[in-house]
Order: sequence, then structure tokens, then C-alpha cells
Amino acid sequence: MISVSDVNLTFETNDGPVNALKNVSMEVNEGDFVSFIGPSGCGKTTLLRVIAALETPTEGRVTVNNMTPDEARKARQYGYVFQAAGLYPWRTVSGNIKLPLEIMGYSTSEKEDRTRKVIDLVELNGFEKKFPWQLSGGMQQRASIARALAFDANILLMDEPFGALDEIVRDRLNGELLNLWARTRKTICFVTHSIPEAVFLSTKIVVMSPRPGRITDIIESPLPKKRDLNIRDSREFIKIAQRVREGLKAGQTEDVF
Amino acid sequence: MNTYLILFLIIWLGGWWINMKISNHKDANLPRFIVPTLFGIVILLMWELAVIGLQINPILLPAPSAIALKFSRSLDILWIDFVQTLVKGALSGYILGCGAAFLTAIAIDKFNFLKRGLLPLGNFISALPIVGMAPIFVMWFGFDWQSKCAIVVVMVYFPMLVNSVQGLELIDPSRQDLMRTYSASYTQTLIKLRLPSALPFIFNGLKICSTLALIGAIVAEFFGSPIKGMGFRISSEVGRFALDMVWAEIFVAAIAGCLFYGLIALIEKRTTFWHPSQQK
Repeated sequence: MISVSDVNLTFETNDGPVNALKNVSMEVNEGDFVSFIGPSGCGKTTLLRVIAALETPTEGRVTVNNMTPDEARKARQYGYVFQAAGLYPWRTVSGNIKLPLEIMGYSTSEKEDRTRKVIDLVELNGFEKKFPWQLSGGMQQRASIARALAFDANILLMDEPFGALDEIVRDRLNGELLNLWARTRKTICFVTHSIPEAVFLSTKIVVMSPRPGRITDIIESPLPKKRDLNIRDSREFIKIAQRVREGLKAGQTEDVF
Repeated sequence: MNTYLILFLIIWLGGWWINMKISNHKDANLPRFIVPTLFGIVILLMWELAVIGLQINPILLPAPSAIALKFSRSLDILWIDFVQTLVKGALSGYILGCGAAFLTAIAIDKFNFLKRGLLPLGNFISALPIVGMAPIFVMWFGFDWQSKCAIVVVMVYFPMLVNSVQGLELIDPSRQDLMRTYSASYTQTLIKLRLPSALPFIFNGLKICSTLALIGAIVAEFFGSPIKGMGFRISSEVGRFALDMVWAEIFVAAIAGCLFYGLIALIEKRTTFWHPSQQK
């Protein structure tokens, strides 16, 4: 379980302090799929980085399974998927997947086993020996997800993983991600700026606004856990999407005044 | 107008015409090797004909055939000079200097305060004039190759240092963050992320230094050396007006330099194949 309470984060820049997060409180339960949505500059990525112990809040408390984020990081609880795949170009797909396993000191046979398993999981069979730059954007993201799943991280943190992909590929990967989530029972925190993507994937949607970065709405999704792309035409789906849109708009109008 | 000069013009224009034809050939791979080879042959032929046709004094410019003859007759001396200057002087200095610079770069990267101290110091050392340092190093390290090695170390240290430091600094932030989320140690991050991504810069340094090492070792011998070595031979043969031997030594230096550079470029291609600069 992740709990964020009254977190403030101020970056000191050359143009003075920037309030990246202001009074942010929220919770993520085990097995949740939580999306953070908002325009750029709303602090959604910063919040994800705070949870991953890549940033330290100026004020407030964050606990991850009763540990501090840094302890959780050292306990290797996080699988992080970056926006631009973040694959190492000098390693093949399977080399990239083995990277965390090498660092965490898995045995050779276990490295092979786990690599094969996650390659099956993300359906990259036949591409193990390819280099990242030989793959399409969608395949790179799948390899990146496989890498995050290879070790036993409980929490998957995904920072706009499908942001650079076209809508058709994104739809397919969204469906696959839901399948993965159901099969692995991980807790997923997912940053996006697409409303349909957030509503389709999440059990909980955190709507955020910029200047200062803050939460304007938290929506518990009534949609069933098992869903397919057709659900996007249902009334509940449209109602949630509407509420997300209103949350985003509320953040904007406050900004004007 | 004598026949040699007419032949000179024919070969010039003929070579030009053939190369133009080949350059415009559809198959792009064909010109890559043939054009430079043909160009070299044409230059050598024109040189030969001009020297004979215009009766140029061999002290000013010996004919290629004379240089080739001298080369083939002095293989033993050229080999001794090559070993003395390039293998003992240049190569040992190159390995020591580049190695030391690389280790310094890693130290600078780990301890930031070193950056403020060591980079200006490296800059200062590289600004020392080689013609001033060479006689001093000869006094310190003796006439033999050790003093030439020291000169080469001083020459290659700074370019290698700057390139390595820059390579270690330029890391994609998300790749670095990834290592942090794995809770990877300093050494793991260094070996698995920072060194591989610094490789293109490190090879840049190695390539620049390869030619510097050659020049440094040869020039350093002008300031005192045992009776062997390429720099020694060049300065003493110039004094005896045996310019064909000087040209033979220059030829050896050029070939060795090209091969050495080519070898490094080949290793670079093998190890940094993933970098955009190596992809077509």
C-alpha cells in the first residue's frame, strides 16, 4: 500500500522556487491500477518520482508498504517504465531484460528462466536478439515493460509509457497491459495525459492541475476489473470521462483568476 | 616540351577522366576503394614524371622510384627505427598517457572537487611547449625511449582526459534513474551504464591521441636520442642531404599512423555499433 500525505515539493530554479506539488494526499491500495492525469507541469511525473524515491519531498510523508520510499527502493519494490523506453542501445532485448537481474545477482539459469517468461508475457518471442533501435516504438515499450516485470517488484511505476505511440498501437498495448495486470496482480501507478486511456485502465483516477501542482479530484472507478475495449462505449465509461474532464477544467479556471 | 611532360599531362587528364567515370557509377561500393587507389597511383606517376622531366634536384624532391629503392634497401634500419620510436616511444607513452587520463577521468567523475583542481592542471600541462619540455625530459629520463615516452604521455594526457570526462558526464537521465530504481551500486552503474555510454567519447580521445603520440615521439628525438629512431634518422640524414632516406622514414610514419588509426576506428565500430554516429 502506498500512502502520500500532505506532500509539498518545491524545486529551486534560477527563476526562483517552483511549487511542483502542493498539499498532495492520496492512497494506492495493493492491486490497484491508479492513473495520474493532468496537463504538463501538473506534477504527475514528479509525484511518481517521489513515490519511487527519485525525488525527495520538501514536506509531508510518503510510505510504501510501511517503508519510506528509499527503503522500498533498496528492497527492490519498484519496476519503473520510462516514457522513452530507456532501453540500453548496446544491449539486445534479452540483454536489457537481464540487466536488473544481473544487478540483483540472480543465477544464470534463473536469469534465463525469467527472461523467457517475461518475453512470453509481452509476446516478444523471436525478437530476443534484436537491438532496441531495430524495433518499433510499441515493441520497445513492451521490452521496457518486460524488463520491469523480470524481477519481483510489487509496484509498477509507468511514466507515460505509451505517450509516443499512435492510437492504434496504444489501444492494443492498453488491452495487453490490463491482461498483464490481471495475471501478475501488481500494483500499478500510471502517468498519462489521455483521458480515455486513464478511464479505460484504472481502478482509481487522480486528476491533477498545474501551478502549483495539486490534486483536484480522485475518482474511484465503478467499472469492473475485467474489461475490454468495447467498454469505452458504455454509459459509465462516458460518465467517468466527463468527470475527469470537469476536474481538469476546474484546475484551468482557477489558474485564470 | 619533352616527352615526359607530355606523358605527365596524358596521365593527369586520363586519370581524372577515369575517376570521374567511376565516381558516377551506379554501384556505390565500387568507387569507395577504386577512386582513392587510382588517385594515389596517378599522383605517384605524375610525381615521377615531373621529377624526371623537369630534372628536379633529388635533394629538393626525390622521385618515388628512388624513395622506393632506398626503402627496400634499408628495411633493416627502418625496422630498428620503427621499433625504437613508434613501438617503444610512442606506443608505451600512448598506453600510459591514455590509461592515466582515463583513470583520472573516473576519479574526477567520482569526486567532484577534483574537477576544479585537475582539469585546469591538465589544461596547463597540455599548454607546455613540446620543444621546451623535450630537452628537459631527456635530462630527466635519459637519451633512450623513456624520455620520448614521457613526452608522449604529456601530449596525449589532456585530450584524452577532456574526452573521457565529457563522456562520463553525458548520461541520459532516465537511464541513470533506472539504475537508481534497481538500487544499483556505484560500480555496477559505472560498468553497466556509464562506461558503455561514454565509449564514443573515449574513442574520440583515443583517435586524436594516436596521431599526437606519433608526432610527439618523432619530434622528441630531435632533442637527443641514441643513434637510432625515426626522429634521429630524419635529422641526421637531412644533414647528409640523403633526402631519399628522410622520405622513406616519412613513408613509414604515414603508413604506421594510418594503420594505427584504422585499428582504433575498427575497434570503435565493433564496440559502439549502437551509437547513431555508427549507423547509416
